[in-house]
Amino acid sequence: MKYKDYYKILGVERNASAEDIKKTYRKLAHKYHPDVSKAPDTKEKFQEIGEAYNTLKNPEKRAAYDQLGSGFRPGQDFRPPPDWNKEFGDGQFSFDEMDLADLFAGLSGGRRGGGKFPIPGQDYEVEAGITLDQAARGTEIEVNLAVPEPGENGFMRRVPRTFKARIAKGATEGQRLRLPGKGGKGLNGGRDGDLYLNIHLLPHPLFRASGHDLYIDLPLAPWEAVLGAAVEVPTLEEKVRLKIPAGTRSGQQLRLSGRGLPRPREGRGDLYAVVQIVVPAELSERERALFKDLAEASGFDPRGHFKEAVK
Amino acid sequence: MRVEITEAVWLDEHHEFSLAELANLSGLSEAELLQLIDYEALPAMHATVATEARFSADCLLIARTACRLRNDFDLDAGGLALAIKLLERIHGLEAQLRALDAQLPHRRK
Repeated sequence: MKYKDYYKILGVERNASAEDIKKTYRKLAHKYHPDVSKAPDTKEKFQEIGEAYNTLKNPEKRAAYDQLGSGFRPGQDFRPPPDWNKEFGDGQFSFDEMDLADLFAGLSGGRRGGGKFPIPGQDYEVEAGITLDQAARGTEIEVNLAVPEPGENGFMRRVPRTFKARIAKGATEGQRLRLPGKGGKGLNGGRDGDLYLNIHLLPHPLFRASGHDLYIDLPLAPWEAVLGAAVEVPTLEEKVRLKIPAGTRSGQQLRLSGRGLPRPREGRGDLYAVVQIVVPAELSERERALFKDLAEASGFDPRGHFKEAVK
Repeated sequence: MRVEITEAVWLDEHHEFSLAELANLSGLSEAELLQLIDYEALPAMHATVATEARFSADCLLIARTACRLRNDFDLDAGGLALAIKLLERIHGLEAQLRALDAQLPHRRK
């Protein structure tokens, strides 16, 4: 079993009062709570803090933890003192392959088991990144969890579980899905926990999603924007020809109806082509000459409104 | 090894929960959920009688967040409702930001 220094994790002395431990935990919760903070690694950090607090806030669990000893380094393999499991367990189990969190989760009032009232299994949340193509067609993703389950000795142990979740077409960024009963096992007749999938759309080289609508940058040459054109635009399924009206401006959005992501039940979002007028990085002699001719012949003043504004 | 395939259930407005189901799945008591409805932090549907209220499935996310905040910050119903409303407002603004960002031309790499 790997040692974890719960006092160090919370940043308190070993002789800290229960009130000090609670106060410190609250401060850390304000900083690292995943519902409040968006900093990276917040979830893992808060899980560690929560595990430490759940043990140290309970006087009997704290006493049991203290009696494990204090001379270990975090992460060091260790075994509790010889009589520890007689006092806090039933004296007949091995600590190998056991997680410290599961050991203390199984202790209640200094004894294992926690009574006979139903205890629901733990819910889990998993981030699931899927591509736009997977979102559009539906997909299956493999989920791997280490779920605590009671072992033969009555103490919890981590059991690896793998299953596939089928995600119907139409998922989009931030969509939440629930897999009933796929979390931790319930105890004493309590319901099994659920697994929640938080869907994230992985970046696509061309398309950006907003709900079920998609956006694509559509670079146009100045003459295509001025004169109008018909250009090929990729969609999720195929290329389509899009008519560019004469006089199209940069930033204008051209809508391709029903070419976005499918919605879960019916219909689809739209695809918007966002016009960007781009200029060639290098010009041939002839091109330069033509642009010069255009500059001389044109009466167009793109900054005319400046003059009106500062009259 | 044969891997079991499970159908994921959408948490959206097309699925509904009863008050009892929402309490069972979120970890909040029915009384706490009713308080959140009172404070307008949790939208209930068909609520002529509060205990017979139905909830759109996405309310489960709000209720689960409320349960976490209650456990981790010891918030009372008023504080919890305020925190939930502010978080919902932040989520709404983040969604608007993402939508606007999607509309902006992105520099090609």
